[in-house]
Amino acid sequence: MTVSTIDPPRSGLSRSWTWLRRNPAVLFGLVVLSILVMMAVFAPFLGTVDPKAVSPFERTQTPSAKHWFGTDMLGRDLWSRVVYGTRVSLTVGFLVAICSTVLGALIGVFSGFIRWVDAIVMRLMDGLMSIPSILLAIALITLSSASIWNVILAITIVETPRTVRLVRGVVLSLRDEPYVGAAQIAGISMPGVIFRHILPNTFAPLLVQATYICAVAIISEASLSFIGAGVPPSTPSWGNIMAEGRALWQIKPHIIAFPAIALSITVLAINMLGDGLRDALDPRMSTRRH
Amino acid sequence: MILVAFFVFGLLYLAPGDPAAIMAGDAATTADIERIRETLGLDQPFLVRFGSWVGGILQGDFGTSMYTKQDVLKMISQRLEPTFLLMSMTLVLSVIVAIPMGAIAAWKHNTIVDRIVMIIAVLSFSVPSFVVGYLLAYSLGLKLSWLPVQGYKAIGSDGLYAAVRSLTLPALALGSVYVGLIARITRATMLESLSQDYTRTARAKGVKESLIVFKHALKNCSVPIITTVGSGVALLIGGAIVTETVFAIPGVGRLTVDAILRRDYPVIQGVILIFSFMYVMVNLIVDILYTVFDPRIRY
Repeated sequence: MTVSTIDPPRSGLSRSWTWLRRNPAVLFGLVVLSILVMMAVFAPFLGTVDPKAVSPFERTQTPSAKHWFGTDMLGRDLWSRVVYGTRVSLTVGFLVAICSTVLGALIGVFSGFIRWVDAIVMRLMDGLMSIPSILLAIALITLSSASIWNVILAITIVETPRTVRLVRGVVLSLRDEPYVGAAQIAGISMPGVIFRHILPNTFAPLLVQATYICAVAIISEASLSFIGAGVPPSTPSWGNIMAEGRALWQIKPHIIAFPAIALSITVLAINMLGDGLRDALDPRMSTRRH
Repeated sequence: MILVAFFVFGLLYLAPGDPAAIMAGDAATTADIERIRETLGLDQPFLVRFGSWVGGILQGDFGTSMYTKQDVLKMISQRLEPTFLLMSMTLVLSVIVAIPMGAIAAWKHNTIVDRIVMIIAVLSFSVPSFVVGYLLAYSLGLKLSWLPVQGYKAIGSDGLYAAVRSLTLPALALGSVYVGLIARITRATMLESLSQDYTRTARAKGVKESLIVFKHALKNCSVPIITTVGSGVALLIGGAIVTETVFAIPGVGRLTVDAILRRDYPVIQGVILIFSFMYVMVNLIVDILYTVFDPRIRY
């Protein structure tokens, strides 16, 4: 991205609009994500019925005017279930992204600055990272009862070590910069230096990382629910709907298809947003273009 | 590894849902539950149990399943064949497809070929492997019946060809994420090495462009690619559990899912330990491969 100096000064809003138009991937991601958030928030007003209401006479129907996405094997309306499933997926995705970013940033900053903390923390993180992530999440969830909060907690614990590494790396490379020394000499306290002068440098990579964590978290939740180690089966989540449709997938593929499409579009939108942000925020990436 | 072992044990030690109570069934009295707990050694203090557990593992004893009463190691080893074959097929297939894909994308940088490869890469990250699995099983398996839809043919009874055939669709599904990952890192490192001095020298002396890309530049990209292939094995392990469920393959992944549903802690512990051990070994092999591909690295 090159900033032209000939352009007349414009308001922030119109500038970001111009920038968005040059990055169609980011724009696409934002639009799709906004629609999904709207769907999650206004789920009761989108032609949905109670997603848990069973109707034994209308089992496994294919899409029709009454049931837009058809019904599952208990006669529950699939459109309603998929729309309500958006709530679960987005809640998990956003909360995990926020929690593991904040947690990872805090741990990363302190371990980057304090030697003895670093030794302990990094061993612990290496240990966590040497267990494949889905297995670790499964172990953490079998430890607790099935609930959406435990799923969020488990995926957060799994994803945090990567954020810690990222932030620690940035801190280590900045710790010996002259401006940090200057700030310390100027009498700014240690927390002041960390939060005012070091942490802001990690925001750009952290933001990109957060979008990827959000995407991974949504896939993880769906996978965990799909194998029966996720949110309780009574909750309509995309993974649960697919798990229930598993037995009938050869004759009634629509039960699995709709949540699968919703899941893929959601994650695609978030990934495109992340890629666009990375290209825009990482100066190395843009100079490498030739 | 010791840390992992301690962690795995501590985790499941703290687990709620008393297995003794589950085993005893609904009609059991408190005395019955207490007796089962004693025979399982569940009444001992934490460190005693951890000590005897680690001692057992070092002798190859992973304990017995709380549900089937079988030896855990034996249960896992019986299921290892399809999982191992599936993972190796995925690995080979993905590497063969992904590295040329990434290399060509970098070579034809900013052309339509590059765009298509990048779109495939983003899609492969976004569409979970179990979705790809169902898509392939439905289209290639069920509608076109080119390949078996579900299930597994053991090497011992049906021969290697039947086994490979039955695992082709699962391997394609499992490989989808992996291909994106490897293609992406190949493209990124390749772009870097194509702008290096040695590439310019090769061009100047008249080496064919395709030879530059696939011989000179690719060799210099090997270290980051191997790293990604190695760390991606974690993805493969997680993906295998889900893929085996989709394709009804009686592998370790299926065993894990069943164990979760039954809260069979010794089996879960065993599976996590074996997989983590495998992952640590893969990383060790990756470290050794570095020295082969890049003589500058010495330990």
